[in-house]
Amino acid sequence: MAGISRRNFVKLIGAGGAVSALSLTGCESVPKASAKAAPRVVVIGGGFGGATCAKYLRIYDPSLNVTMVEQNAGYTTCPGSNWVLGGLRKMDDLAQNYNALRGKYGVNVVHDRVTGVDASKRLVTLSSGKTIEYDRLVMSPGIDFKWNAIEGYDEAASQLMPHSWKAGPQTVLLEKQLRAMPDGGTVIIAPPGMPFRCPPGPPERASMVAHYLKTNKPRSKILILDAKENFSKQGLFTAAWDELYPGMIEWVPGSKGGKIQRVDANTRTVYTDEGLTSQKGDVVNIIPPQRAGDIAVSAGLANESGWCPVNQHTFESTLAPGIHVIGDSAVAGALPKSGHTANNIAKMTAAAIVSIFRGVNPPTPSHVNTCYSLVGPEYGISIASVYRLGADGVLEGVKGAGGLSPAGASNLMRAQEAGYARGWYSSITADSFA
Amino acid sequence: MAKKAWKYEKAVVSTLMGAAGLLSVPAVQAQEIPRAVVIATTCYACHGTYGASPGTIPSINDISAERMISILQGYRSGQRASTVMGRHASGYTDDEIAEVANYLGNLQKRGK
Repeated sequence: MAGISRRNFVKLIGAGGAVSALSLTGCESVPKASAKAAPRVVVIGGGFGGATCAKYLRIYDPSLNVTMVEQNAGYTTCPGSNWVLGGLRKMDDLAQNYNALRGKYGVNVVHDRVTGVDASKRLVTLSSGKTIEYDRLVMSPGIDFKWNAIEGYDEAASQLMPHSWKAGPQTVLLEKQLRAMPDGGTVIIAPPGMPFRCPPGPPERASMVAHYLKTNKPRSKILILDAKENFSKQGLFTAAWDELYPGMIEWVPGSKGGKIQRVDANTRTVYTDEGLTSQKGDVVNIIPPQRAGDIAVSAGLANESGWCPVNQHTFESTLAPGIHVIGDSAVAGALPKSGHTANNIAKMTAAAIVSIFRGVNPPTPSHVNTCYSLVGPEYGISIASVYRLGADGVLEGVKGAGGLSPAGASNLMRAQEAGYARGWYSSITADSFA
Repeated sequence: MAKKAWKYEKAVVSTLMGAAGLLSVPAVQAQEIPRAVVIATTCYACHGTYGASPGTIPSINDISAERMISILQGYRSGQRASTVMGRHASGYTDDEIAEVANYLGNLQKRGK
């Protein structure tokens, strides 16, 4: 227990976790027994959060027995999916696989679907009927949608008005609709209120769609019907739109008629102003309100907000000891829901879990978010933040650090950041999956 | 006591030999993960695992600790021009910059 009182230790990791952590530490410190009693971690979900956590658990402690359960054979990243809509990338470019996790890092990757979690028995049940025991569980299922939060927008409607907020077939569907629409048509993009996955994603999407339309269907318009009153990197985006796509993009905030109450998917019509106003689009992209992934909710890890409260130091659930919730599903203070923060949270959580097994203090958290958006192929902008744990246990941005790309920056800087946006994609996917 | 010391020694050795080697290892706190390691892993998201970048963002695995301290302090003060690094470097103290620079500066010596 080097340098940590039992009282603080229990407080830190939760009373339920203390006993098993202590006993596992006991086993682990005796080398001969460690092979037999290697602590077992099960990671649910193979996105940026889950894959990174599995990798770094094995980096931090190669003796750990790490199993990652992911229902799909590979992963299609959401980052870069807007670039596909703009014609800058192909879907294949977004494909990640788990070969390195298996071969290079020794993670046991299981392709199956988790049907249940028993926190008291520390047991995960799979759709195949198999069960997996764990000493610590990492839950990283991403988001699911609040279907019908907008009346008429359910899963069936998303086949006509795609959300494209999980990359894959939905991205392809939206791309096809954009390619098929007539010149002079209208694209409606409808972002939800906060919090949701990737706050700068909707304006980047509008930008990439505008790039495609300007090149191919220049008489077309983009109407952003936003549930919010403002949006991420707003000043930078709007200045860039004026420069690159003048007159093409109109943004309507919630209070001015942007909030959609109802949709009719068959006619691609959306209703705002309590149903008094309707808008018809040639392509309608509804990004619905979101919540923690289904399995996190069914495991009882979410509260009434739909998201999962955690100890923001270790990301252990405050509702179920022994389970860490990471990535978009977690409530993580000031950290936005992004692939970048999921990667960061995953590493911090891996360090915390290894420390808990060892019976030592998890390291002091330090988080970063860097988010690049492409407004055009050679026009990139970014927002960056550094986060620390505040006195109240909430992750907050470090004052004086972080911020946006400067307004009025040179074309050179915009081009440099466009290059770094692509570099960021290469690096973060490698750091998470390779 | 002797037995306890042996355990710590074993822990240090296994850490250094593991595929990992992420942990820097002052013997007294062999099993604690230093903050420099945590901060370094946050660099890896953009600069690649162990600072080896696969893309257009520069690698940071071949920079001496001394030079990295000077570069990061230059970003923080604004004397050194940057796109995003000034915004990041401002989030760290002198001690944190020195610790992470020393950690990253020694990565290659450990075969990373």
